[in-house]
Amino acid sequence: MTEFLQHLVNGLSLGTIYALIALGYTMVYGVLKLINFAHGDVYMVGAFAGYYLGSVTGTDRAPGMVGAALVTLGAMAICGALGYLIERFAYRPLRNRARLTALITAIGVSFLLEYGFQLSPMIRSPVEFPPGPSPRFFPALLELGEPLTFLGVTVPRIDLLGLAVALVLMTGLQLIVYRTRFGMAMRAASFDPQVAGLMGIPVNRIISWTFVLGSALAAAAGIINASSRPKIEPLFGLMSGLKAFVAAVLGGIGSVPGAMVGGLVLGLTEEYVAGYTSSQYRDAIAFTVLILVLLVRPEGLFGRATVEKV
Amino acid sequence: MARARAVLRSVLPFLVGLPILLAVQALSPPDYTLILVNVGVNVILAVSLNVVNGFTGQFSLGHAGFMAVGAYTAAKITLAFSGVQLAFLPEAVSDQLVFALALGASMLTAAAAGFLVGMPSLRLRGDYLAIVTLGFGEIIRSLIENMKFLGQATGLSGLPPYTNIAWVGVSAIATVVMARRLAVSTQGRALFAIREDEVAAEAMGVDTTGYKVRAFVISSAYAGLAGGLIAHAILLTTPRMFTFVRSIEVVVMVVLGGLGSITGSVVAAVVLTVALEGLREFQQYRMVAYAAGLIVLMLLRPQGIFGTRELWDLAPFRRLPRPRPFGGRASTGPEGASPTAVRDDSTHGGRP
Repeated sequence: MTEFLQHLVNGLSLGTIYALIALGYTMVYGVLKLINFAHGDVYMVGAFAGYYLGSVTGTDRAPGMVGAALVTLGAMAICGALGYLIERFAYRPLRNRARLTALITAIGVSFLLEYGFQLSPMIRSPVEFPPGPSPRFFPALLELGEPLTFLGVTVPRIDLLGLAVALVLMTGLQLIVYRTRFGMAMRAASFDPQVAGLMGIPVNRIISWTFVLGSALAAAAGIINASSRPKIEPLFGLMSGLKAFVAAVLGGIGSVPGAMVGGLVLGLTEEYVAGYTSSQYRDAIAFTVLILVLLVRPEGLFGRATVEKV
Repeated sequence: MARARAVLRSVLPFLVGLPILLAVQALSPPDYTLILVNVGVNVILAVSLNVVNGFTGQFSLGHAGFMAVGAYTAAKITLAFSGVQLAFLPEAVSDQLVFALALGASMLTAAAAGFLVGMPSLRLRGDYLAIVTLGFGEIIRSLIENMKFLGQATGLSGLPPYTNIAWVGVSAIATVVMARRLAVSTQGRALFAIREDEVAAEAMGVDTTGYKVRAFVISSAYAGLAGGLIAHAILLTTPRMFTFVRSIEVVVMVVLGGLGSITGSVVAAVVLTVALEGLREFQQYRMVAYAAGLIVLMLLRPQGIFGTRELWDLAPFRRLPRPRPFGGRASTGPEGASPTAVRDDSTHGGRP
């Protein structure tokens, strides 16, 4: 029973991360029908941005609430800008070309970030950038004290905080998408970009902002994840990104609540299956889930089945 | 007559190629052998991936997984036969026979893996297919990592050094001939139809899923062959050799050469492999250059260097269309144009 509950806690902690990343995938897929392969790497960049900001602002030496909030918001801003740049210079010129062209470009951007970050440092001060291939340790941004124990289950306080932050961000996103003019424009653009443009919606600007929002959420996910599992390296975004994509598909790609539920379900599945069988299968689990979903219910849990018109 | 010509077309490349390969093998210094083997293996990989990604227009990102299946099958067989001499045969011949058997088996198992993967996933389209094939590649890799008799993460080592330039060269020629013969066959036409418009092809009675699975199986078989060859060149197989990054390298070659162009894939595979060998000192910039090159290529020339055309379609070498009696086999199209190109049959034979 204790083991079961411990897996539940770990699974929720992992699932939150997947959910936050999956939101970026699902929003971008919703408006562009593009799998933004580079999204997992934006998440990685978010963690590194937090690492660097922590050392520049001194939060790594003197942890505190204000510092942690500043670092998180700063990283979100940096990744938002990165997301904007990626969209503007890599995807926008290809928007009217074959979809595979954009997918290949996305793979290119993803590899550029991964391997660009693995180069040996070219800038030495104030921070060493790029970070190089060896893992770095993310500093504790907050002093939270001992983990809680509850029925023999260890619950790290940072995981609770992470869950809370994630819930706040997701609620915020839900409000933005369903209660604001911007959200309405975004939904319209995702429904039919051409007609949305005819109705006076600035589709390009909406798409840019979608990337900014998604990337900022990925940065938050990066920091939450790095705070609870502090080893960060340039390649760790790749697998998480792919798994988050699976979460988005599981929830129904294009659906915001679907991404959240999909992320949590995937995190729990992965934790339970890996926990009760072999942890070596961890990476294979997500893909097995993906294949099963696509075979059984390709529209996902919350998606609507689309009829293809010729 | 036509049949004899077709057979000749398939056999001639081997007849011409084999003496050249044997000469190269005898003359090339040992330092270059591994580079040449790498070039050949990459040609096999790129051309075979082109059958799926270029001819059929389905985007597979799991080529390395099938390579792994082939490499491990071949490695297991040659390890099992090492020290065993087949009856009545001198050692060298016996070894070559074992290797041929191992390569054949690696193609078969990789094809079987391709069938198992292709059956469920090829019903999907576009980017979903890409992710699922990527997923299958990773699943194959993590299965290998968990199997005791495949050496888990350390892999299999101490393989006999069977791969030489002749083996790789013959395999590369076989792959190119296969792709070319496929392109001019009914099968190939069905594949191009699927690439151009899947819905229209289906409406015309093309069994789209069936053809896609077949293309996938053929492509996987040759990926398995490449895996078997590279395993016996570096005398080792580990799961780390067959990651997602390896698949992407092959995709880059295919995309750079032009999706659908056989000669494009060959040229891109040769150029990229040699260039990377030359850039060995700048190892860490290698993948960055790959990635940047891919983005720039997509922005400037998304159809790749050759597009769907072949080397011999380029202007100065273009063959003139052969005159043909009126009402002849118009559906086969002008001889000069590449079978992989999208053609306009309204002006066949060069006449308006």
